[in-house]
Amino acid sequence: MSKNGRYIYMGYVRPDGSVGTRNYVAILPAVVCVNEVVEAIVANTTMTQGIIHHQGCCQTPPDLERTTECLIGIGKNPNVGAILIVSLGCEGVDTDRLEATLRATGKPVDRINVQELGGTSAAIQAGMDKAQALIREIAQIQRTEVDLSRFTMGIKCGASDTTSGIASNPVIGYVADKVVDAGGTVIFGETTEFIGAEHILQRRARTPQVAADIKRIVDQMENRAKAIGVDMRKGQPTPGNIKGGLTTIEEKSLGAIVKSGTKTIEGVIDYTEIPKGPGLWIKDSPGREIELMSGMAVGGAQVILFSTGRGAPQGFPVVPVIKICGNPITFERMSHDMDVNAGKITTGERTLQEVGEEVFEMLLRVASGEVTKGEAIKYNKSMDFYMLGPVI
Amino acid sequence: MVKAIKLNDADNVASVFDTVQAGSTVQVLDKRGNSFEVVVNQDVPYGHKFAIAPIAVGQQVTKYGEEIGIASCSIAVGDYVHVHNVESIRGRGDWAKAAEHGAGKEGEA
Repeated sequence: MSKNGRYIYMGYVRPDGSVGTRNYVAILPAVVCVNEVVEAIVANTTMTQGIIHHQGCCQTPPDLERTTECLIGIGKNPNVGAILIVSLGCEGVDTDRLEATLRATGKPVDRINVQELGGTSAAIQAGMDKAQALIREIAQIQRTEVDLSRFTMGIKCGASDTTSGIASNPVIGYVADKVVDAGGTVIFGETTEFIGAEHILQRRARTPQVAADIKRIVDQMENRAKAIGVDMRKGQPTPGNIKGGLTTIEEKSLGAIVKSGTKTIEGVIDYTEIPKGPGLWIKDSPGREIELMSGMAVGGAQVILFSTGRGAPQGFPVVPVIKICGNPITFERMSHDMDVNAGKITTGERTLQEVGEEVFEMLLRVASGEVTKGEAIKYNKSMDFYMLGPVI
Repeated sequence: MVKAIKLNDADNVASVFDTVQAGSTVQVLDKRGNSFEVVVNQDVPYGHKFAIAPIAVGQQVTKYGEEIGIASCSIAVGDYVHVHNVESIRGRGDWAKAAEHGAGKEGEA
């Protein structure tokens, strides 16, 4: 809603000053080996979300550090009101640092150790009891009016088709500009999709250093693929892209980049980092849904806008995901997964600006507690952290 | 009438929301809903582009307000715009791949 020319939403203000659009107890497995314990605790409690990832042991030291930082990021996410850490006892993740860092946020934190408790069933019982106490503690927090300048949005496109670049992605770009104009923060990623248009993106950089950073992350992403014999630039645009109307690699990449809007890019942050101020930020991240959305959540995203044409259904455990579908046929066919029909732009029923305003209004409502279609049917389990090295 | 969208005020191409036949009139809308009409000179498939301003050889083809390539021949208003009259400024990855296999300019329509 709008008040005295400012946009506001109803959020949960955290002890560290961040603001949640949801009020969850995150059940954090320190390692993949305790996922079943986490799932059992979540199945038997309310207001809990399990962070079912597949990392935390038998990885290179940089990746173990990365996993620890990612878990810290999820715990710090403003939509998380309290955290229960589930430790196996011998994981590679630095569980002590994870707990200490999350306690420093002022949020309630507790921890169980499966090996010390005597196994799975004992850990599930202890975990349920501890989760119950955390739930009852944060359930007392009420939503209050918050200015949109205290808001961070993640953006994503997936299962794209011809309509993505001409309807749903431009709609997200329209909303991204409005959030930045209101003093808020927007994170966009999918470094692989910059290839071929990185020179255009560089022109939007705040400083020469930011422009150099954009080039650096694209080069790194390409070199990682080259190291296993894949040239991501070759073969672009694909014959299928050309058949769909994409003429050049620039056009293909711009069709994805358009969802970032038109604002100045303040900086490039690493996969585990949080934006260093308001405005538009690039997060170095891959395009696959689960790792991209995890990166957005680690970066503090409170809501994610997700554009699709063919119909990507997934959500995320602690962040509501609004599905904006550019294809009117897909919207009708998958009406229980898609939140907004941006396909009305393609049929001429609505203008881009009208659908942009519709999404912006919905964004404020979802930030204030309105449940997305995906949240209503709990399509919100798929996630994982993006690792760089091999599993050992 | 088939509709098309001009995504940025600086664009010299628009994308069609349905397949259009040569000689038919298309209504071009901008993001605010302002519109004008253009007669297309060739068939344009669903989702593809046509010119809404004349583009001289070597001139920039603009979509999203940015350059998506340069005109490889003179393009008139209403002309279908695709790989036959636009060159990437960054190089055509698909041509490089085709050349590697000795197949020539496979991607050219």
